[in-house]
This record gives sequence, C-alpha cells and structure tokens, in this order.
Amino acid sequence: MMDLFIAIVTGTVIAATPLVFAALGELVVEKSGVLNLGIEGMMLVGAAAGVWVSFAGFSMPVAILAAVVSGALASLLFGVLALTFLTNQYAAGLSLAIFGAGVSAFIGKGFGSTPVDALKPLEIPILTDIPVIGPLLFNYDPLVYLSFIMLGLISWFLYRTKAGLIVRTVGESPQSAHAIGYPVIRIRYLTIMFGGAMAGLGGAYLSLAYTPLWVENMTSGKGWISLALVVFATWRPFRVLIGAWLFGGMTILQLQGQAMGIAWPSEVLSSLPYIATIVVLVIISRNRKMLALNFPVSLAKPFRPEG
Amino acid sequence: MRIIAPVAAIGLTIVISSIMFALMGHNPVAALYAFFVEPLTSVNGVSEWLLKASPLILIGCGLAIGFRANVWNIGAEGQLIMGAIAASGVGLFYPDPESALILPLMFVAGMLGGIAWAAIPAFLRARMNTNEILVTLMLTYVATLFLSLLVHGPWRDPDGFNYPQTALLPNAAMFDVFDYSYRLNTSIFITVVAVVAMWVFTERSFFGYKMSVGGAAPLAARYAGFKESGSIWLGLLISGAVAGIAGMAEASGPLGQLSPQISPGYGFAAIIVAFIGRLNAIGIVFGGLFLSLLYLGGEAVQLSLGMPSSVTLIFQGMLLFFLLASDFLIFYRFRRVVRHRVEGQA
Repeated sequence: MMDLFIAIVTGTVIAATPLVFAALGELVVEKSGVLNLGIEGMMLVGAAAGVWVSFAGFSMPVAILAAVVSGALASLLFGVLALTFLTNQYAAGLSLAIFGAGVSAFIGKGFGSTPVDALKPLEIPILTDIPVIGPLLFNYDPLVYLSFIMLGLISWFLYRTKAGLIVRTVGESPQSAHAIGYPVIRIRYLTIMFGGAMAGLGGAYLSLAYTPLWVENMTSGKGWISLALVVFATWRPFRVLIGAWLFGGMTILQLQGQAMGIAWPSEVLSSLPYIATIVVLVIISRNRKMLALNFPVSLAKPFRPEG
Repeated sequence: MRIIAPVAAIGLTIVISSIMFALMGHNPVAALYAFFVEPLTSVNGVSEWLLKASPLILIGCGLAIGFRANVWNIGAEGQLIMGAIAASGVGLFYPDPESALILPLMFVAGMLGGIAWAAIPAFLRARMNTNEILVTLMLTYVATLFLSLLVHGPWRDPDGFNYPQTALLPNAAMFDVFDYSYRLNTSIFITVVAVVAMWVFTERSFFGYKMSVGGAAPLAARYAGFKESGSIWLGLLISGAVAGIAGMAEASGPLGQLSPQISPGYGFAAIIVAFIGRLNAIGIVFGGLFLSLLYLGGEAVQLSLGMPSSVTLIFQGMLLFFLLASDFLIFYRFRRVVRHRVEGQA
C-alpha cells in the first residue's frame, strides 16, 4: 500500500515536471503581454534536439542545454513575426506549432525507437535512504529539482524584483512602459526566448528523462495543456504547480489505472487529461473576476512603439 | 495588394525548400521538379491533387468564416474525425446495405457529428467564457482516442486480420468515382457548392457582414447591436459541419472504411489554407490546391528521394510564417524607433 502511495506521488511529480517548465515559461511570456501558442512545437523541437545531441555522443548536460537553446531559437521565429512584423499572435503561434512538429519529426526521422541513456535520479547520501520520506522527496532526477528552483526564481523575479515589475508593466500597458523609456520590444523578445528555452527544457525532460527515447509527436498535447495551465493558474506561478500536479496525477491514474483494478479501455484513461483540461478551464473561465485579477491586460495585442 | 503576400509566401517557401533540398545533397532543380511538378504530370496525379484539395478547401471555407469573426476553431481535425465516425456508423449499421438512402443519411450524420463536436466549444465560449482554441484542440485529442477505441474494439472488422479498421462500407455508401482507374469522386461537388455558399455568405449576406465587423472591430459591432454569441455559434457550427462532411467524404470516398488514417492532418492544414486564401472563398480554392500539392509532393519525394514525409509539415509551417511576414512587409514600412531614456539613467 505504502509502495503504491509512493509510486503515485512520485509519478505525479515526475509527470508534472515537463508541464511545470513549459507553463512557467509561457507564464512569463504572457505576463509581458505576448501569447505564444507554439509551445507544443517548441517542446517537440527541444525533445528532438536533446535526443539528437545525446545520440551524437555528448553528455546529458550538453543534450539538455541543446534542447534549451533550440527551444529558444524556435521561439525567435515566433518573436520576429509577433514583435517585429506585428502579425496576429494566434496565427504566428499556430505556425510555430505546425513548423515545430515538422522540424522535430524531420530531425528525429533516423532515431527509430532506440532508447536514450536516461537522466538518472539523484542518490543523495543518507537522505535518499530514509524510509518513505527518502523516496518521496529525495529520489528525483536533477531536472525535477530544477523545476522547483525555477518556480521559486520566477515567482521571486516577477513579484520581488524591479525587472519583474517592468516585465509586468510591459504586459499591462506597453504604451506607458514605452513612454517612460523601457524597450518594450526588446523586453518581449527576451521573455519570448525565455519561454522558448523553458519549453525546450520541458521537451528535453520528456525525451531524456520521462520516456527516454524519441517518438514523433511525443508531447501529445502537453504544450497545449501547458497553455491551459497558465489560464488555470490565473497567471500566478505557484498555482501552475498545483495545476501541473493535477494533470500529472491524471497521467499517473492512467498508468496505474490497470494496476488499481480499473478495467476501462486505455483510450478512455488516456483521454482523461484532455477532458480534465476542459473542465478546469471552464471552472476558471466562468469566474471572470478571478481571471481579470492577474490577467495581463495587453495580452496578444500587437504593440508598435510610436514617437 | 491582397494577393501579393500569398504569392510571395509561396515563392519564398519554394526558394527556401530548394535550399533545403540542396543542403540535403539533392539537386535542387530536380527535387523541386519531383516535389511540385511531377505529381501533376499524370491523370492519376491530377485526380489525387483534386481529391486531396477538396477536403482542404471545404474545411478552409468553414474555418475562414469563423476566423473572420475572431472565432478560432483549430480543432477541425477532431470535428472531421467525429463526422467520419458518425457517418461510418450509419454506413456500417444501416439495416439495408443496398438502400439509396445510405449516402444521404451518412452525409447528414457526418455533418451532425461535426456540428456536435463543435457545439461543445461554442457553448463553452458563448456561455462560459472558455477559450475555444484550447477546447477545440483538447477535443481533437479526445476524438482521436475515441476513433482508436472504436476501431480497436467494438467496430473492428472481424475479418480484418486484426488491423485496427472497420469492415468496408457497402457500395451504396460510397460516392461514385468519375473513372474506375482513379480515386477522384463526386464528393468534390460538395466542395464546389460550399465555395459558392461561402462567397455568398461573406460577400452578400447581412449576417456574414455582421460577423466580419465583429471580428475586425468588436467595439463597433457592439455599438451597432451585433451580438457576439451569434458569431461564436455560427462560426464554430459551420466549420464543424463542413469538417464533419469532409470526414464523411473521406470514409465514403478514398478510404471506404473507418481507420485511424482517416485524415493526414487536413483539419490543421485547412487553417493554413484559410489564411493563405485571405479568408476569402476564391483565395481558399487556390490555397487548398497549393496545400494539396504539398501533400502530393511530400509523398513523391518520400518515394523518389527517400525524404521523410515530415517535409510536408515543415513546408506548411514555413508557408504560414512567410505569409504572415509578407503581410507586414506589404502593409507597413520599417523604421527606426528612437527610444526615450529612462529618467535618472544614463
């Protein structure tokens, strides 16, 4: 019983990790007033790039770094369209989602289903060996801990630093930010690239740690779910974590479902996270006041500096 | 002016793709020929071209009506699948497999299947303020899983060697082909009617006008008393209906049964078709023909040059990138922005 409990908790945390990365990145992007729908594409590019570099014989940190950089580069495609070319951000994000799926499939065509050397859980002396608490808290791979660190950092950055205040101002009223002299476009480029890097990291987590191999379209909607998580979190970082755990839990339910004696067809269980996404979106969206509280007012509105 | 950007985007896509071919060690001229010209040099090629363009144009017309009103249905793929499921259900289980009623009933079922699947995001957006982009997409994953459930389980053909597919539809459930050597069938007339209807709706009807105003200038539409919820319902239901019909036409046309390969991403590619066609009926016809060519070319170079089929997807994304960028280059001019200095800083 205890083992099952530990398996469910740790499984949930691990399944939530790619969502945490991608959704936190998108949260920063949206806080700066930009809506990048292309997370799915950036995650896929990151996942494929990570596997590619890993197969090329580089070490795990290099592979992860490659995923981060490729995610950021992919986001630049969106950035140029949305910021410099002032295009409709929905359309620009969609094209990134499609393009990313194509590029990642192209990169990954020769990989077959050869497994990658997976990212190993940390073995922390003494701590990992504590019964129950050890496996619950101290037996994750480094990226899981990194996701918590990023959560703390982002929340501190957005709400406790001047730079974070500027990012939020840019998202609320780019006109004002521009009028006082802040480089709105440059700031938005930086947040977009940060979002891309985080999506790439989320993708790398999928292909290097979670299911250590490349499968075409392996994100299976996790990028889109991350977008929903940002809404679910009403643009507050810590709520992203809660949402991600909820979806992580759904995923684990799906995996542990048979073990726990749920005799539903696998397709029904697999569709749970998507249905849950819709349900929570509806619950949150109905409450317009709650949404409006932290909503970046200028979200998805193109901004062109005047004067 | 409006057609410069799509033409420029297609041109740029071709230029970049030839560079890509060259980088992969192929003669770019030969590769471009294999991709864009060779598929159309045979009667069968042209038949396949129109066969694939038909669903793209059909769905593109529906989506464009929504996009004009800022209603973002990007789950046409899911609505297509649900339409195909509903239609195939009728085709497989109608008591008299030789009845002339089967095809019309399947048409209605396909349409209703698509409408039902699109009604969920329409209701949620109109009544619950829920973002339709995410809902339509999530429902696409659900539809894909539902299809998989059916063809792996209750609807699997018992004589199908365990392949995840249904039995073949009866002959009465199939559209007539023009010539038995080729797959192009009479469902293409549905697309022709849809294009005309779309043109009339957007260019000549008051409701179509109201929807466009709502999309282009929401405040103006509100002052004029045009209701937003009407646009949301109509935008989603029309696009769901045509996507469902397209799914039905795939089952009753080239496939002849229900299988997980019901659509090679037509629902997503149709988004690009709508944009390339400038959300306008005639433009969408050209957009659909070009995107269909991308599918054919992708298949052709997969066979002749051993390239992965994902080049089609890359080209699709690239095409949309270039279209959006060209729009800007045509309608705006670059200029340097002199930035104010933050007070108190150097």
